[in-house]
Amino acid sequence: MGKSRIIGGGIAALVIAGAAAVFAIAWRPAIAAIEPPAPQSFDTALVKRGRYLAAIGNCNDCHTVRGGKSFAGGLPVPTPFGTIFSSNITPDAETGIGRWSEAAFRRAMRSGVDRDGQHLYPTFPYDHFTNVTDADDQALYAYLMTRQPVRAPARENELSFPLDQRFVIAGWKLLFLRHGTYQPDSAQSLEWNRGAYLVEGLAHCGSCHTPRNALGAERASAQFAGGDVDNWHAYAINAQSPAPVPWDADALFAYLRDGWHPDHGVARGPMAQVVSNLSSAPQDDIRAIATYMAGVFGAPTPDRKRQGEAVLAQVKSPAVMQASKINAAGAAIYAAACATCHETDRSPPYGGVNLALSTAIAGPDPRNVANIVLSGVRPVEGERSPIMPGFAASMNDGQISALLNYLRARFSNQPAWTGVEKTVEDARRTQTVFLQTSRGPRNARADATQRDKP
Amino acid sequence: MMTLKVNGLYHEIDADPDTPLLYILRDDIKLNAAKFGCGLGQCGSCTVIVDGNAVLSCVTPLLLLEGKQVTTLEGLGTPEAPAPIQRAFIEEQAVQCGYCIAGMMMRAQALLQRNSKPTDEQIRAELEPHLCRCGTHMRILRAVHRAIRLMDTADASASTQGSAP
Repeated sequence: MGKSRIIGGGIAALVIAGAAAVFAIAWRPAIAAIEPPAPQSFDTALVKRGRYLAAIGNCNDCHTVRGGKSFAGGLPVPTPFGTIFSSNITPDAETGIGRWSEAAFRRAMRSGVDRDGQHLYPTFPYDHFTNVTDADDQALYAYLMTRQPVRAPARENELSFPLDQRFVIAGWKLLFLRHGTYQPDSAQSLEWNRGAYLVEGLAHCGSCHTPRNALGAERASAQFAGGDVDNWHAYAINAQSPAPVPWDADALFAYLRDGWHPDHGVARGPMAQVVSNLSSAPQDDIRAIATYMAGVFGAPTPDRKRQGEAVLAQVKSPAVMQASKINAAGAAIYAAACATCHETDRSPPYGGVNLALSTAIAGPDPRNVANIVLSGVRPVEGERSPIMPGFAASMNDGQISALLNYLRARFSNQPAWTGVEKTVEDARRTQTVFLQTSRGPRNARADATQRDKP
Repeated sequence: MMTLKVNGLYHEIDADPDTPLLYILRDDIKLNAAKFGCGLGQCGSCTVIVDGNAVLSCVTPLLLLEGKQVTTLEGLGTPEAPAPIQRAFIEEQAVQCGYCIAGMMMRAQALLQRNSKPTDEQIRAELEPHLCRCGTHMRILRAVHRAIRLMDTADASASTQGSAP
């Protein structure tokens, strides 16, 4: 009797201690609401710097629905765990962040906790934003608080139990949220350090380009080894890069700035929005990102360098096209529908990149090529930009599959893809949904339209 | 030799399989509604309907058309009996030089066959790949809205669809 009472008391104490521990880990206090500050109360130079930073952070991309008001949120982000809707980060007092103090904003960026003390889902990449400095958070805050307030209530996330319970995120953070993952390296140049700070922090490149584990966290051991975003593959941007011609700092700079590079082709899919935003960021910051990332890619091995040079030489003096005996159907489609632009010497937009330079065709799976063949590349409003017609209406899945198999065999030295037809079917289904729900082009300008992206 | 079904009629085509559909239509079958604009699939003036979908005929080679049905503007109606989409464009005077209009009408027709009540946003999004240098866009949009109303009282489908050759 006495013994069981002691055991019972012990269990009760353990339960209470456990609950207290969970509470201590999960509970965060609310930060007092403020009267929405007047836009004039912010220094214009600070707001301007915030605008550049927001472009580097690609904020509008997730926080704006296609055709909707900027930063009003509501974009559905599909994840393996359910759909999460982005939040309204306009300064609307009731539905946005109008009553957030700068301290509340900084806490959200640093620790993924909203003003009320609720944990935010890591779809909001605070695992990177935790590296952003106080000064930059201040500028971002000033920029967002001076946007047009939009009344747009948050949409309910579609998650199943227990993931719909926000305290669960505290456990995730305990496992995966590391502060100070960017540390300056005094052995490196100032430019390199600036690039590292941006890439590991605000630009959150790893959110798409680093593969994730079963719990949705970036795998630190495979940083930049290639990830998934929507129905697209985000290529490896380290030594495992599948690009036929190795990247260097100059090429990265041009690509991030202009959205294309003659040796690599154009940014499209989710990356189109990123470069569209980066085109309005300060040149020095883009140069810094390019410098840092060139180090992440690493100097190419002599073998890789030789291969890249061989590809460039081949592109400059194209051999006579040889009739393919193995895949006559794919070869015929390529010759009739693709080569007329992709195998001419014309520069964009009159001609397309030679497909021997295509990372998509050298990539690990055919998703990106399938997406491009189906829907093409839509031009960006008001800018000189690449353009390609889509072939969804004129080619069936079998024809596109034959074409993709041919492209892979002819233009890469990689083994054949598997499951091409299934990929094309899936891509067509996704694109159909996309075309029905979208208003504008996928790679529209920052302030006009948006696209899905975790 | 390949058989191509255009506006309900079968044509024996003697051309290389990589010949663009636009050349076949204009040069071989003498249907001149679809226009050569850029030849790169970037302007939309060559648009025709293939199996219900708007397709850029200048970048669609013959070899992709085996067993498919092609509809051109000539297949929708005649000057004496214009189809609702054609009537709507005439009534709104949505033409200035007219070069882009056949393509505009074909894509609008494909949209209305699929969705008889599109919103203004959907119409704009659908016609976005089409260029008009005269700046007739507002009239074109009005014409499509008028076509929606006309089709409410008429048959939305093209006159040749489903009829025997």
